[in-house]
Amino acid sequence: MSTEALRAERIVKTFGHVTALAGVSMHVARGEMLGILGDNGAGKSTLMKILTGFHQPSSGQVFVNGAPVTLASVDRARALGIECVYQDLALINGLSIYHNLFLNRELLRPGPFRLLDHRAMRERARAALADIGVNIPSVDLEVGQLSGGQRQAIAVARAVASDARILLLDEPLAAMGAREAGLIIDLIERLKSRGDIAIVMIAHNYAQTLEICDRVMLMQHGEVTYESRAAETSAAELLEIVRREYRAARAG
Amino acid sequence: MSAAATAGGLRGRLREFLLRPEASVIVVAVVLVIYFQFANVNFLTNANLQTLSQFIATPVIIACGEIMLLICREIDLSVGQVFALAPFVMERAHDWGLPVPLAMAVALAVSGGVGFVIGLITLRLRVPSFITTLGMLFLITGLTLTISRGFPADTPGGKLLTNLMGNWGYAEICWAFAVVALMHIVLRHTRWGLHTIATGGNAIAAAEAGIDIDRIRMGNFILTSTLGGFAGLLEAFRIGSTDPLAGGSNIMFLGVASGVIGGTAIAGGAGTIIGGLVGGIVLGVLQDGFTLQGINAFTFDIIIGAAILLAMVANIHLARLRGGAR
Repeated sequence: MSTEALRAERIVKTFGHVTALAGVSMHVARGEMLGILGDNGAGKSTLMKILTGFHQPSSGQVFVNGAPVTLASVDRARALGIECVYQDLALINGLSIYHNLFLNRELLRPGPFRLLDHRAMRERARAALADIGVNIPSVDLEVGQLSGGQRQAIAVARAVASDARILLLDEPLAAMGAREAGLIIDLIERLKSRGDIAIVMIAHNYAQTLEICDRVMLMQHGEVTYESRAAETSAAELLEIVRREYRAARAG
Repeated sequence: MSAAATAGGLRGRLREFLLRPEASVIVVAVVLVIYFQFANVNFLTNANLQTLSQFIATPVIIACGEIMLLICREIDLSVGQVFALAPFVMERAHDWGLPVPLAMAVALAVSGGVGFVIGLITLRLRVPSFITTLGMLFLITGLTLTISRGFPADTPGGKLLTNLMGNWGYAEICWAFAVVALMHIVLRHTRWGLHTIATGGNAIAAAEAGIDIDRIRMGNFILTSTLGGFAGLLEAFRIGSTDPLAGGSNIMFLGVASGVIGGTAIAGGAGTIIGGLVGGIVLGVLQDGFTLQGINAFTFDIIIGAAILLAMVANIHLARLRGGAR
């Protein structure tokens, strides 16, 4: 069987009186891709931010490679191989591609002055982009000059280049045309085929998510209300569940 | 064949230069120097160059701090008051029996302390730095007036130290160049500089990448105040005494204007120390050049103001052209 990379059990997260997550469990294996669907405010992004160590859960337990862990900080989660590509694109427009790829993991020249090693970062950045088949004319370009798809590709490349074993993608295809989305889907497929990376993707688009994920999970009001292998369900079925929820909410 | 390649390389290099954010202000500076030298033969003389260098040094040192703050989307309006406070702290510390170098260190520490307080109020109590430092501006003016009882103070120190720290004609500008060189390296070649740009460019993204953005902001507040105090000390050594109302908002605005004219974005996320140096030179050359020409003091401010506006318009539109060219 496949080996489990990440598991979260009964995660609860409250912000003051607001319960963002009311006991959510999920798991994903190496070489597997899990899609998390749900409306705005369903708790998808909160779950992501707990898995990246950005928020701490109020209760519940996370396991990496089967061992219980405390994701006390983003750095701690990263050390465990968890990387997230955020919806708001954690890229800095005013910095070059290679500076972005190495943000907060900069390579330094040897010596007491701790100066940046621009040359080594450029070279490694070129290699990292080539490695996952991202085609960009120069790593010296400022990220602000790239298209949405290229920026997303850089963000994914950054996660992979930092030895991510568990890749979390927050709306990677949002606000993207078909051609641009195709670029990212190809990239995700290539990563999946490597077999050593577990991918969790948050998305809105049911059809797209069922197309590229192995398994999908539906979140509503901070809970997981449905889970299935992608091949065994359909966008229509998922929509029906959501519709039922709407009717119940309106009736209540 | 090879000649054509060289010409292409030259043109390419020229193009690369013109695409830099400092390029337009460097061109302006060169044009101004040429103009004033033609208009007045005394412009490029040793005596005038000393005056000019002394006028440029202070705003440039202050600009180095303000540029770092502007890049991370903060500002310090009170740095001109720290400029006046530092010499009085040094003088008091000397009166208490500390040797002058130690008294200078105390003055710099107090200056840095002001930045620390600004940082605490801005970052912990979430007051925008524009407001925090506006309050500090008045607070420190009052503090300096209280310490000095409203009287100027003589600068302590032996001959060698005094000459080194500002009394020799070109000492101040040498210190300014040293600060510029150091801060340029910090901005372009250290993690601190990179993280400062990241903090101003996209604070959420920087935090998500694990950068401690409050630490970056705090550090740059402390840096700016310390540099303001340092500039004040240099000026005190140069003149031999300090007035409690020296510096002030005028020097602060010159520092900010130098940075902005030099190509630092007032909205944060981008900036250049070298541009700040050239911006300071442009302002200094304008002021000094028009003084040599004997322009009436009243018209003078009109010209300076118009020049700043013109430089800004040129800069913003050249930046847009640059963006379009790529």
